[in-house]
Amino acid sequence: MLDVIWLIPAFPLAGFLLILLFGRRLGEPKSGYLASAMVLASFVVSVGAYFDLLSMDSHERAHIETLFSWVPVSSLQIDMAFLADPLSITMCLFVTGIGFLIHLFAVGYMHGDPNFSKFFLYLNLFVLSMTILVLGENLLVTFLGWEGVGTCSYLLISFWHQRESAATAGKKAFVTNRVGDWGFMLAMFLGFEAVGSVSYHALNGAAEAGSLATSTATGIALLLFVGAVGKSAQLPLYIWLPDAMEGPTPVSALIHAATMVTAGVFLMTRMNPMLAAAAPEASTIIAVVGALTALFAATIAVAQTDIKKVLAYSTVSQLGYMFLAVGSGAFVAAIFHMVTHAFFKALMFLGSGSVIHGMHHEQDMRKMGALRKLMPITAATFIVGWLAIAGVPPFAGFWSKDEILLFALAKGGTWGPILYVVGLVTAVLTAFYMTRQVIMVFFGEAKWESHANAAEAPEGEDEMTHGAHGEFKPHESPPIMLFPLVVLAGLAAVGGLIQLPAFGFIPDGWQHKLEHWLEPVVEAGEAHIAGTSAYDNKELLALLAIACALIGIGVAVAIYAKKLVKPVEPQLLADGWKYDSGVSAFMGGPGRKAFEAIAWFDKNVVDGAVHGVAKLVGGAGGQIRKTQTGNVRNYAGIVGVGVVLLLAWFVIGRGVL
Amino acid sequence: MNGEALDFPILSMLVFMPVAGAVIITLLSKRRPEYMKLVAAVSSVATGAMSIWLTAEFNGHESGFQFVSKHSWIEQWGISWHLGVDGISLFLILLTGVLFPLAILGIDPHNDDPAKNKPYLAWLLLLEAGVMGSFMSLDLFLFFVFFEIVLVPMYFLIGGWGYEGRVQAATKFFLYTMIGSAFMLVSIMATVFIASRNGVGHVTFDLVEIAEHAEFAASTGRWLFFGFAVAFAVKVPIFPLHTWLPDAHTQAPTAGSVVLAGVMLKLGTYGLLRFGLYLFPEASLWSRHLWLSLAVIGIIYGAIAATMQKDLKRLVAYSSVAHLGFIVLGIFAVTSQSITGAVMQMVNHGVSTGALFLLVGMIYERRHTRQIADLKGIQSVAPIFAAAFMIVMLSSIGVPGLNGFVGEYLILIGSFMSARWYVVVASTGVILAALYLLWAYQRVFHGEPDEANKTFAELKLKEAAVLLPFIAVIVFAGVYPKPILERIEPAVDALITHVEDKTGYESPQPAAVATISEEGE
Repeated sequence: MLDVIWLIPAFPLAGFLLILLFGRRLGEPKSGYLASAMVLASFVVSVGAYFDLLSMDSHERAHIETLFSWVPVSSLQIDMAFLADPLSITMCLFVTGIGFLIHLFAVGYMHGDPNFSKFFLYLNLFVLSMTILVLGENLLVTFLGWEGVGTCSYLLISFWHQRESAATAGKKAFVTNRVGDWGFMLAMFLGFEAVGSVSYHALNGAAEAGSLATSTATGIALLLFVGAVGKSAQLPLYIWLPDAMEGPTPVSALIHAATMVTAGVFLMTRMNPMLAAAAPEASTIIAVVGALTALFAATIAVAQTDIKKVLAYSTVSQLGYMFLAVGSGAFVAAIFHMVTHAFFKALMFLGSGSVIHGMHHEQDMRKMGALRKLMPITAATFIVGWLAIAGVPPFAGFWSKDEILLFALAKGGTWGPILYVVGLVTAVLTAFYMTRQVIMVFFGEAKWESHANAAEAPEGEDEMTHGAHGEFKPHESPPIMLFPLVVLAGLAAVGGLIQLPAFGFIPDGWQHKLEHWLEPVVEAGEAHIAGTSAYDNKELLALLAIACALIGIGVAVAIYAKKLVKPVEPQLLADGWKYDSGVSAFMGGPGRKAFEAIAWFDKNVVDGAVHGVAKLVGGAGGQIRKTQTGNVRNYAGIVGVGVVLLLAWFVIGRGVL
Repeated sequence: MNGEALDFPILSMLVFMPVAGAVIITLLSKRRPEYMKLVAAVSSVATGAMSIWLTAEFNGHESGFQFVSKHSWIEQWGISWHLGVDGISLFLILLTGVLFPLAILGIDPHNDDPAKNKPYLAWLLLLEAGVMGSFMSLDLFLFFVFFEIVLVPMYFLIGGWGYEGRVQAATKFFLYTMIGSAFMLVSIMATVFIASRNGVGHVTFDLVEIAEHAEFAASTGRWLFFGFAVAFAVKVPIFPLHTWLPDAHTQAPTAGSVVLAGVMLKLGTYGLLRFGLYLFPEASLWSRHLWLSLAVIGIIYGAIAATMQKDLKRLVAYSSVAHLGFIVLGIFAVTSQSITGAVMQMVNHGVSTGALFLLVGMIYERRHTRQIADLKGIQSVAPIFAAAFMIVMLSSIGVPGLNGFVGEYLILIGSFMSARWYVVVASTGVILAALYLLWAYQRVFHGEPDEANKTFAELKLKEAAVLLPFIAVIVFAGVYPKPILERIEPAVDALITHVEDKTGYESPQPAAVATISEEGE
């Protein structure tokens, strides 16, 4: 399978082209099934590639498949080439696997949308871009996918562009991402200047061989991190992700939770030798940004009322954990958390989609409640996701989060303990806000009965399935939407199995499976923490983490279920610390004024000067003309004057001739 | 096969074919407009076919001039009809050859009066000949003649078939570029005579001879270069000499805008390469920080000005200022990647911006307005039209996988080695490009269409047929640019070697990969 690794992107490409040509004829639901089938085919190829790699000796597990020479100009030779190794295949497996489930879900969710085929056109284009991103053999192929997913993200966020907020959110996502892309591009330029190549093999090879100056390695690593900050929605560029929830919910699940936003984490992991060769401050900066983002976004999530906004801020926060892992040298843990997060966050986004679908496009959690009775499967699967993200063992999120915290503490120095505590506090908050959400949506009393009129749905939707107006009853979603939920719930429950820690009671053969698998890719950058006091006390730390999760859950239950304490939800937190609105106010205020000033300058000063000179010359010409009998044509006149002036200058001034 | 041994004077034919078309149209009776269109079609399509044939027959491994045609013209002054093509001019010739038939056949002049078709078509064909000649001339005098010829039809096209402010825009365009040309004329004369006494040995206008043999004193070379530079800087246009461009673009008829953006602006950047860097390497390098600074200012300034435009056509015009800034940056960074990227970007910009002007022209035909504020929600009523606009826009933004990215990327990665901090600033231009185009797209295409836009007609078959070649090139050159790059590169490398030989300058190379490959084995 390895030499046909290009089939992984080829199937969604075929799907894209087929829907482009025949989408309107295929219509609903055929184009949806076609798109899903293509992603499933990619998944099958990924599985085949996985077993191929598995059958090889662990240090030979890297296969490069070159398609053609892409950008060749003298010393710069960039191939359109794919790299199949444990990291890229891990990414492909979960991107196509989860991608397939979300495609299926979308067939149900997008039912009745007038642009049903177009939606799947974009969705397949996205999977194409995402697989190119992870399979890239060099930074430029990855960048092709990177910008491709960004473009798809733009197209899909503004899918319901008739709503101005959706159109604006799409534009905001693209432009903010481009700020990060600026860093990504400069990293490529710096890498090429230093190494003469942008291939991972050459760049990482130079970093491992120590032939890169520390300053260069630091520059490349941090510039790539700038790109990652944009794509993976970290401080200070996260602002586009909450707005991205304007897109249809399957998009939020696929792009803005499970796959695209993890691209930054993938990139840093791919380049881990570079980070290892960089100054240690680079890693610390990444860890601090990650931890700060995790905490910051979690504080905002506790006060959100929109069901998807909670999940969006939660995603920002969880991505922060992943960067905390990257900065702590825990690349395996970063990928581990990326995978488990993809399971439970995709699950919860789809679950929220199911709720929104059942609630006739109501997203305000204050108008929900008690939905578990009417949507039992959605509720049950959502609860699995909740337990996973809250860090309750044995669900998947517990294991991956625990490992990140362990590495953060083991990082030591001044920052290690601080980062660890920030991580723990965030864990409490995470358990808290997720519990709050589960209670508000699925438990308590039903608040939707008093809100019989649902918020206006995007046109064309649901008119068939829901009867006369006035009658409002939330309903469970159709099987095609529930099936992905059930599968993802299963994965979110047992996903931790891929990387169990070396706890005494866990059999040897079950421990650190992902670590062994990824070892050839991350051995240069992975921190070695065995022997640190944190590692020796890892069981104790795990218990502490469980305690934190239970505290968070307990407090939330006390406040929102038992109503022992009145909830405190400061407006400042609901407004996201006013950061986003501050940025918008700056852009719309002084920023716009500055732009207008430049436009004014251009019109009145630069062009004004031209017109001034023209008037002057025109006036003088008029004077001269009066003294002449003939009519001097402009052409000859100007040429003549110019020639004389310049020749005089040359002869007199410069002494030439 | 070697073009130089060819009997068929293909380059001369590329000039004469459109001229013949223009002459025949002028002689035709006014009452038979359909014949005029036919003649214009035949001559421009034939020219296009020849340019395609030229590209196919071009020897990509050779760095020198091919298909050279040289005939003595005014012998006592050393002036000759001297045409040739190399990797730098090849794709500009191809672009010219392909763009003109599309503009002639695909776009009807907007105030259509069959009687006025005659001069319109004749001027367009004459324009084509002038542009072709400019890109192929290897004789300074001949180049000047073609360079000037171009102005006249453009002046009449803007003035005769433009929009409400056409007369003023045409005059501004004409005078502005004329003043630049005056400087160049003086420089050409001085160059020829100074060169004849310093190294060349006789009076000749031959570009290659002067470039290879002339030994200018540093200060002399700088003054001579200055004359050329002014003319080209106006043509590009380089900040702050750019203000004729928005007016000319906005007021020109659609075909005029397409040609103006597509090929005419490239006369400036092409000139900077051929008659700047090649002819005056010392002076070009000496002044490069000025050029690099103005290029970067143009990138940022043009983008910001574009953001605030209220007229869609003006917005695209300002985006040209930014895009051409990238090209100038690549030229004066003087590395193999940056100049190859710059040459490719000349073609890319022609394709993308040409297509944008086409689309804006189609919007004007339907709505009789170019004001962004008057347009809304077009995607809902004309999704295919919107999709075409989207692809062209993404190409202009520089999304990888489409043509615009390849050129921009090569310019930046090459320039980074010799002009690092300029690139750091210039790269922010990619953020701004996304900003102004996406914002414009949102205002024009997103939202619910209001009454006036509800009846916006979907893309017609004829329009689609005109746009399709553009989109095909946009995708092809983004996915598989190798056939283009490998034809451009030898000429660029030869140019850089020439500059290095003449000045002792060393174009920076990336650090060798040798150390890693040793470690890796």
